[in-house]
Amino acid sequence: MRALKGERGEGWQDPAPSRLAYRLNRLWLTPLVRRFTRVGLPALALALSVGLYLKDDGRRGDLVSGIADIKRELQERPEFMVTLMRIDGASEPVAEGIRSMLPVALPASSFRIDLETFRAAIAQIDAVAAVDLRIRPGGVLQVDVTERQPAILWRTASGRLEMLDARGHRVATLTAREARPDLAVIAGEGAEDRVPEALTLLAAARPLAPRLRGLVLMGERRWDLVLDRDQRILLPETGAIAALNRVIELDRAEDLLARDVAVVDLRNDYRPTIRLSAAAMATLRGEVLDETKVSGQ
Amino acid sequence: MTDLYQSQRAMRNMRRAAMQRGVIAILDVGTSKIACLVLKFDGPEPDREDGLGPLAGQSQFRVIGAATTRSRGVRFGEIDAMAETERAIRTAVQAAQKMAQVRVDHVIACFSGAHPRSYGLAGEVQLTEGQVSEHDVARVLAACDVPDYGGGREVVHAHPVNFAVDHRTGFGDPRGHVGNRLAVDMHLLTIDTAAVQNLLYCIKRCDLELAGIASSAYASGLSSLVEDEQELGAVCIDMGGGATGLSIFIKKHMIFAESVRMGGDHVTSDIAKGLQVPFAIAERIKTVHGGVHATGMDDREMIEIGGDSGDWEKDRRRVSRTELIGIMRPRVEEILEEVRAILDAAGFDQLPSQQVVLTGGASQIPGLDGLAARILGQNVRLGRPLRVQGLPQAATGAAFSSSVGLCLFAAHPQDEWWDFEIPAERYPARSLRRAVRWFKDNW
Repeated sequence: MRALKGERGEGWQDPAPSRLAYRLNRLWLTPLVRRFTRVGLPALALALSVGLYLKDDGRRGDLVSGIADIKRELQERPEFMVTLMRIDGASEPVAEGIRSMLPVALPASSFRIDLETFRAAIAQIDAVAAVDLRIRPGGVLQVDVTERQPAILWRTASGRLEMLDARGHRVATLTAREARPDLAVIAGEGAEDRVPEALTLLAAARPLAPRLRGLVLMGERRWDLVLDRDQRILLPETGAIAALNRVIELDRAEDLLARDVAVVDLRNDYRPTIRLSAAAMATLRGEVLDETKVSGQ
Repeated sequence: MTDLYQSQRAMRNMRRAAMQRGVIAILDVGTSKIACLVLKFDGPEPDREDGLGPLAGQSQFRVIGAATTRSRGVRFGEIDAMAETERAIRTAVQAAQKMAQVRVDHVIACFSGAHPRSYGLAGEVQLTEGQVSEHDVARVLAACDVPDYGGGREVVHAHPVNFAVDHRTGFGDPRGHVGNRLAVDMHLLTIDTAAVQNLLYCIKRCDLELAGIASSAYASGLSSLVEDEQELGAVCIDMGGGATGLSIFIKKHMIFAESVRMGGDHVTSDIAKGLQVPFAIAERIKTVHGGVHATGMDDREMIEIGGDSGDWEKDRRRVSRTELIGIMRPRVEEILEEVRAILDAAGFDQLPSQQVVLTGGASQIPGLDGLAARILGQNVRLGRPLRVQGLPQAATGAAFSSSVGLCLFAAHPQDEWWDFEIPAERYPARSLRRAVRWFKDNW
């Protein structure tokens, strides 16, 4: 019998795996163990090392500030800097207003200018109809403004004068009527909502323009055309243009408005009425007017 | 009887579990090599309209790992040195696992030795219902009178071979037939328990579980006999290293198996003794120059024997091929004569077709078919195993016929005795049943 223990001679190596090697090999071929070693363990080690590193507050702060530094450095490269703002199409006061609204002091990084909110803020200005913002190459913040054009003046209930555009949107407040003598005035409750209607009436009333003082909306329903010498033309609710043309024709033929008439009432289409002034009534009746009385009262 | 049912059923269940997991290993423990194949089961293939399938229905599994190692500690197909064999099994299994990249837990093993012995069993029952039911099949199987095969023996195969209803015989599946009497012929194969225990122990030591055990003669018959040979009658002679197994098939059932305790290793040792060379050199000379039929040409063909004794005269010896054949032929003849004697005893000459198929590693000796034809009869051919999907080219030779046969055995096991349900009379709980019957009869 051969020796039971060892000693097969020098250099003889058993080709068979040892029991331990065999078992480890089988363990390694077990899918669960394999997956755990290949995915689970590295993930665990990574999570552990990251966790241990970030456990310290100082390191965490360093990391955050480092990231912030890099971010700022990148944002403040000259390629991204905005050095000046150029405003086109705005009048001087509006441009001043826009300049004062810019949230950051120039020069600043374009990352720090939120164009969308800035544009919304500019669009809030009443005088601005439309605004277009972009950053041009060369670090120029280009602001293209379209201003609202005042078309009419509106006397508010409190007596202030507002400029409105053709669609009734407020443009600015006027301090003195004399500043814009070219614009007509409207008044009355709800008049600011009916600006287009008023504009067509005014266009039709152009022959009366030298004497025209304005339009008054009565009861949010119909317009009164007010001329100087306290003359009023009461227009109907419907067919106001036709009624106005009729008055103009009458005036041209009969010189109606040059006479001492206080009110031309056209509210009823079938029965146009005129009311004479008090003086005219007195003259008509052969009376002498009391000189102390003020005309029109 | 009952513990046979239990152990075999336990193995069958383990095999089923392994099939469910999809991976099972095949282990052929031979005298000259140990082969391990890892099979992967993909589930049954889809049925085709014509009922045929690719690869004769073998495509449901693939070989994903194969390894062979030189056997150690095995003699005559039986385990001789346990630790050595265990190491060899470990080597083969680990290499096959490495190739498959899968861990295997269940193994089906076969070995060629351990004195297989065949018994023909017959059983007969009267049918109670006039028609054969599955229960009747179980009953008739249980009614077989088990021969006294002696202590220290264990049953490995018990195949129901033939069923007869009244006087009609030759049924493969008697269920549903009408008759009064059901008879069965069964083939029982027993082997030495000690050999099985040793193999079991070795496999346990490798952390594997045995999911089935087969005789290698049966396995090589499954793989190297073609279908009509299995149907009409043939013998498969598996000439291994230490033992030569033979299995007779008819009607696709094995009806006889035996083994001769001689094989290729004996030829090698004859050469080693005759030429006075080491075993390894003798093996090389046998495989390179061997033969069994000398011609005039062989007188002139001189073989360098070689050697490393240090003696120039001894290491430069040359022999003619005729001399080598003169050494090999008597031993091969002896083996074949033994086979012949066994076949005569088994009544092989009564079979309708007497095809002889030689397979196994030692069947590769040139000229063996001519020699076998003189001894065993005219219908001799050399068999190689069936082609199995994924089997490496190196493992397709005749030496691997029992490994491949074991693959087929794993994929399509034949119905055995223990696959049928135990008849009710044999249940331990029969007393309760009897009580119920007593109540029915008397009240």
